[in-house]
Amino acid sequence: MSDFSIIGKPTAMIDAAEKTTGGGKYTDDLSVPGMLIGKILHSPYPHARIKSIDASRAEKLDGVVAVVIGSDAPNPYGILPVGHDEHALALDKVRYVGDNVACVVALSEAVAEKALELINVEYEVLPAYFDPEESMKAQTDLIHDNKPGNLEKDYHHAFGNPDEGFAEADHVAEARFIANEVTHAAMEPHSTLASFELNPHTGKLGRLTVWSSTQVPYYLQHKLSLVLDMPMAQIRVIKPLVGGGFGGKSEVIPLEIIAAVAARKAQAPVKITYTREEVFWAHRGRPRTIIDLKTGIKNDGSITCVKARVVQDGGGYCSYGVVTILYSGALLGALYDIPNIQYDGYRVLTNKPACGAMRGHGTVNVRFAFESQLDELAATIGMDPAEIRQRNLLKPPCITVNGLRVQSYGLPECIEKTVERSGWKQRKGKLPKGRGLGIACSHYVSGAANSIIRSDMPHSTVNIKIDRDGGVVVYTGASEIGQGSDTMTAQVAAEVLGCSLARVRVIAADTDLTPIDIGSYSSRVTFMAGNATLRAAEDVKKRIAAAAAKKMNCATEDLAFRDDLVFKKGSALPVVKKDQIEEAEVTQAGASVSGRVEGQILRGSLQQKRKEEGPKEWMTFEEAVVAAIDFHGALTGTGSYAPPQEARGGKHKGAGVGPSPAYSYSAQVAEVSVDEDTGEVTVHKVWAAHDCGRALNPVSVEGQIIGSVWMGMGQALTEEMVWKDGMLMNPGMLEYRSPSAVESPEVEPIIVESIDPEGPFGAKECSEGSLAATIPAISNAIYDAVGVRLHECPFTPERVLAAVRAKRKDKALNLTEGVDPTAPARFREHGGALCFNGKGPQRHALDPARREAPATARGTD
Amino acid sequence: MKKELVELKINGRTHELAIEPSALLLDVLRQDLGLTGSKRGCDESSCGACTVLVDGVAMMSCTLLAATCQEQEITTVEGVTEHGSLAAIQKAYGDWGGAQCGFCTPGFMMTVKSLLAENPDPSEAEVRSALSSNLCRCTGYSQMYEAIRAAIAAERQGAPSPQ
Repeated sequence: MSDFSIIGKPTAMIDAAEKTTGGGKYTDDLSVPGMLIGKILHSPYPHARIKSIDASRAEKLDGVVAVVIGSDAPNPYGILPVGHDEHALALDKVRYVGDNVACVVALSEAVAEKALELINVEYEVLPAYFDPEESMKAQTDLIHDNKPGNLEKDYHHAFGNPDEGFAEADHVAEARFIANEVTHAAMEPHSTLASFELNPHTGKLGRLTVWSSTQVPYYLQHKLSLVLDMPMAQIRVIKPLVGGGFGGKSEVIPLEIIAAVAARKAQAPVKITYTREEVFWAHRGRPRTIIDLKTGIKNDGSITCVKARVVQDGGGYCSYGVVTILYSGALLGALYDIPNIQYDGYRVLTNKPACGAMRGHGTVNVRFAFESQLDELAATIGMDPAEIRQRNLLKPPCITVNGLRVQSYGLPECIEKTVERSGWKQRKGKLPKGRGLGIACSHYVSGAANSIIRSDMPHSTVNIKIDRDGGVVVYTGASEIGQGSDTMTAQVAAEVLGCSLARVRVIAADTDLTPIDIGSYSSRVTFMAGNATLRAAEDVKKRIAAAAAKKMNCATEDLAFRDDLVFKKGSALPVVKKDQIEEAEVTQAGASVSGRVEGQILRGSLQQKRKEEGPKEWMTFEEAVVAAIDFHGALTGTGSYAPPQEARGGKHKGAGVGPSPAYSYSAQVAEVSVDEDTGEVTVHKVWAAHDCGRALNPVSVEGQIIGSVWMGMGQALTEEMVWKDGMLMNPGMLEYRSPSAVESPEVEPIIVESIDPEGPFGAKECSEGSLAATIPAISNAIYDAVGVRLHECPFTPERVLAAVRAKRKDKALNLTEGVDPTAPARFREHGGALCFNGKGPQRHALDPARREAPATARGTD
Repeated sequence: MKKELVELKINGRTHELAIEPSALLLDVLRQDLGLTGSKRGCDESSCGACTVLVDGVAMMSCTLLAATCQEQEITTVEGVTEHGSLAAIQKAYGDWGGAQCGFCTPGFMMTVKSLLAENPDPSEAEVRSALSSNLCRCTGYSQMYEAIRAAIAAERQGAPSPQ
């Protein structure tokens, strides 16, 4: 039945007013009595051994309460069970510029900052590795002693028969693609407030409460328990409002652990909030990825084989790295029908901040390479780029060659709709010179089918409690981070219970109150927490139905719940009767609450009156709830979700990453123009069709599609973390070049609903899948506009201009010639004005911040 | 640094405060007055999350000395609601998806308020140009334009947003 009363309608987020009035509290907005401020001392070297730390001068400074160092909490941790390679604060070595060395706890931020300067750390600087392919050759001075060749992990997969696949191909394309490093740059800098209660019996520190900007309270609770040697039951993690995550808050960020360790040492509540620069150092973004890709097709456009060798520049710690490198290979499947796949993935350690999960985890960069190469092959055989994609569709339901189960598959409709809306057939190839259209597709998981902490535990569990006046409280561990998780939960509960949305209150992400949920990442919340909510609501609905059926003398199956009424199916909806009681029907929230607002007395008399009326065709929701509570006592329900066994993937090593109960699909057309004199690319419009199964809240779905496309456009055109000898050159929102309103194109979101058989009401994910298609759609549009195929993103004016001039066989322009001859070539193109000479964080001779500036190097103009 | 007494007029109320002459307006609002609606997204006037109105002009409070704002009318996001209910722009941002994570939203509220005060009927280009002082990482800005258009329409109807 497509006729729903709550879902499918554009709905304002239930916390929207908190956000627009400034009333909502984010972690940094909180304070508790006696709270102290923590500041972290970071490493100035990319790779060094710590010989000694002398904090005695800092400790003596007035206003300093404690100085925390590595030995205060030596237990290792890491987000993945296979990657416990981090410590709260460095024990013996620092592995990137910005690594955490010590933390000062003081009465104020100013005092803490002053104290940081008084800590004396003696380092023995070690040779450092900045390029993954160089790092793999390392014999000595390894970043982690147990990782020979600085190799975090490598995987070698062959599905089908790759050699035969290439032998069958009529055309083969082969190229190297590079996608440079990007980061989440969520608007809210990470923040954590940690506070211990005293044990009532001993007076020593007892339970710990942590408020933190996290996507996964449960993982934070787990890692705190490891590092602090405390049982999880003694730790309460509360997630206040979170100002954006995009994956950057999906793992435990150093300050979350440091704040707790500092609170323990200082014996007082401690809050640490990163500066924007520290957020860039904490990073955990999308790694710089080198992709050697080879694709074979037949003359009819069908793909015979894909071979990818992927090297990821993972930074100094494992983080989510093992998962990232597996996603890069696994999600070569499940979009198109590819019979043979060979994948060699290398996750490499380097002396830079650790990379982790970021929106479209692991798939985005490989998708850029693949979709660009497919476009190239389409041109080779003279086929329309949209058509070659249509020639390679899967035939679901099916299991792909690498063991991924595909059921609902809206890709054909996505392609059809974007082609139609963008006027692809009429306009492609007919636009004026310098202007072009490009198409690309992508997909993403609706939640990983296997949790990173292996167990048989359900991935989501939800409790529902209904109060006597019909108020519904949903307890969920899923984390609202701006994507609309709380609103989705409320909508699903209200839809199942047939009550109005305003009755539903969501209590989320507080480990003392809410059941375990593995959090908001891998786009799992709608599918998994949504299903758990649906089951919890059905559980409690059963009880209400039993009591209502008894009152109405009918079977529970004959009852329907809708619009705050419980009624016999087929009976005329009580429109007239509803009108009679409507006068008293408006509450403060504007919701229609039956039984009315004047409290129990009116409610009692109303019920009495209705009781006297005899057997009924309908009851109000509240009457039914009262009947159920009279019958059962407390009215509660529980539901949980675990992905089905068939959706959990194959048996090969690394098969755990990639499988999902359902995949979302996206197809996009981008229209761009390229200035051939400056190399500047302007995106005019993106048409983005996304198969989200069913749009539970169309406003949110469109917001997520637009946001993903926009973030993809940022990575395609401007965003890039620029490194020089392990030092980040652009740790600020403007320098990083997050696009502003002026640079952002119109995005036309097109919702495609394939109604997944297992999703809640058929819904799948909509927050990540669209991102990956944007980059290749833009690069393919650039090719259409000026005939150059770009192999490295972002497509900055320098790179585009270089490609355009190379195509014209013009003399190559070296825009930064002479600026810093010692800088490696790949850094020079960024201008070099801030480049550093030699190893370590020494400023370039021309940098005005340098105290004595010997004029050795000279700019070109 | 020794503290000095200052008087700040914020959202129509006068507050007497002892602050260091170097104290930034954002810190005074958030820490001394508990007005945490204005956010710190950077420290260098690049993100706009801390935008407040000083005598009606949108200013970034993270690089503004609090002591220089005496005798000026400061409006923060806490002062935007009208008659105890949401202003049209606040309602519209909620309805049209102009706010996702909401961290940048208070800054946008102030920027849009100052834009509409100066120019009640801005073109799309004018809106884009005004909004470019603030950064958002969630929305891609598109749904904000719809919200602003809806708010202008609601204001024009004269009906303060129906609750």
